[in-house]
Amino acid sequence: MERHIGVRLVKDMAFKGLICLLAFASALPLFLILYYITKNGIAVIDWSFLLNLPRPIGETGGGIASAIVGTMMLIILSGVISIPFGIATGIYLSENKEGKLSNTVRLCVIVLQGTPSIVIGIIAYIWVVAPLKTFSAISGGIALSIMMLPVIIKTTEETLKLIPYHLKEASLALGVPYYKTILKVVLPAGLSGITTGILLSVARITGETAPLLFTAFGNQFMNLNILKPIDSLPYRIFYYAMSPYPEWHTFAWGASFILVVFTLAFNLIARGISAKWKIQF
Amino acid sequence: MENTVLKVEDFSAYFGDNKILKEINLTVTKNIVAALMGPSGCGKTTLIRCVNRMHELIPGTRISGRMRLNDQDIYSMEPIVLRRKVGMVFQKPNPFPTMSIYENVIAGYKLNGIRRPREEFDNIVEQSLKKAALWNEVKDNLHRKGTFLSGGQQQRLCIARALAMNPEILLLDEPTSALDPKSTSQIEELFVELKQNVTMLLVTHNIAQAARVSDVTAFIYLGELVEFGPTEKMFTVPKDKRTEEYLTGKFG
Repeated sequence: MERHIGVRLVKDMAFKGLICLLAFASALPLFLILYYITKNGIAVIDWSFLLNLPRPIGETGGGIASAIVGTMMLIILSGVISIPFGIATGIYLSENKEGKLSNTVRLCVIVLQGTPSIVIGIIAYIWVVAPLKTFSAISGGIALSIMMLPVIIKTTEETLKLIPYHLKEASLALGVPYYKTILKVVLPAGLSGITTGILLSVARITGETAPLLFTAFGNQFMNLNILKPIDSLPYRIFYYAMSPYPEWHTFAWGASFILVVFTLAFNLIARGISAKWKIQF
Repeated sequence: MENTVLKVEDFSAYFGDNKILKEINLTVTKNIVAALMGPSGCGKTTLIRCVNRMHELIPGTRISGRMRLNDQDIYSMEPIVLRRKVGMVFQKPNPFPTMSIYENVIAGYKLNGIRRPREEFDNIVEQSLKKAALWNEVKDNLHRKGTFLSGGQQQRLCIARALAMNPEILLLDEPTSALDPKSTSQIEELFVELKQNVTMLLVTHNIAQAARVSDVTAFIYLGELVEFGPTEKMFTVPKDKRTEEYLTGKFG
């Protein structure tokens, strides 16, 4: 009897130790990534790196200004396209839990979420780049907005589903029309969740490279025209890293560092918002 | 009967194939509290939800018969117009969590886009909160969120929100069932005071509550209006055997 309990206690301890160890092991790669990127990247980061355009082969120096501006433009473009569609679809799904259209849409969202990003890039190429006969910022924005859609739709739907039904009833019972009830009562109550979803989707697409290869394409000059090719951080990292020049390799690290900071910032802001704006029902 | 506020005639309601309310006839006169009591699932909540047509939110419902509010046919009005004339207070206090106490009281105006000068809104807020016996407790915190209040205060805020629209009738759907005894008795006292301003239709599964606050009582059982009359009479000499059994706790 005594011995048996001893064995069980040892097994308990072993189990607790094991899950603790595995949890630590899975967090480790993230820290290693951050460590390498910081170690190799931080050295090249200064104002000239951030504010200069990429230089042609053979010249020393240069920076990632066009890539930073390009990535910001892509975020804005894809956000402008995907946020209205995403929120409207999320509202529709949360309002219509059953029904042919909502079940179909829900299935499409799941499929879209699992679609490889390179395929979405090809689609955007066929839809936008081919007819316009040029690589362009807008085609990149469209590709990225398709990637953002499932995240925004899902978070909007889940957030709105959690809003108590009696709030909607309270508004309708005051004679408030349905559309105003949704826009002025239900949506504001879900604002923190929806904003969090948008920021997470932005964090997701900021680092996407594949859909940009044959849409936004990359551009070593500063470009603000949405109908012309545009640079982006992931593309610039790819370009610098594939080059044979050691200086450009360090630039790739620097750009990676900036990209990781972007992504991390979006994630942290999203967490902050979901905690700060939390609404008590 | 020029005092009639609500007149229900041969009113039936169906959910799919189920007949939930069976040929109800009921008249509610001005400035009284009319209680609807009965066991759970008897259809009393359905009946008051038919008064402001909130039952239409659930697909598959239909009705037959007539309902008139101050001589206007409820079912030929636009639901949005009707609901502005009929106030409703729900089981669970449901102030709008994104709005302050002040905004909650005038939510019926603000959400409907009805504009009024600021002084008039101030006045509406003060009067409504006073009628709901909440003014003294919140007058210094009008711009705080309504959800910081206690359950009973939140429910009185919801009553103030309904009163702010000057409703022709106030529907109360088991308004105290989520509250503690102290808040419950405060709200019951409030109903008695409110009678001079508004007509109330109170759904309750609490027999004692019906006895305490109502002037007339309707006893509904299995979708049927078993008995309807002055509360005092019904509680002392019930006409129907089922009413007597319900009041003495034999079922329900």
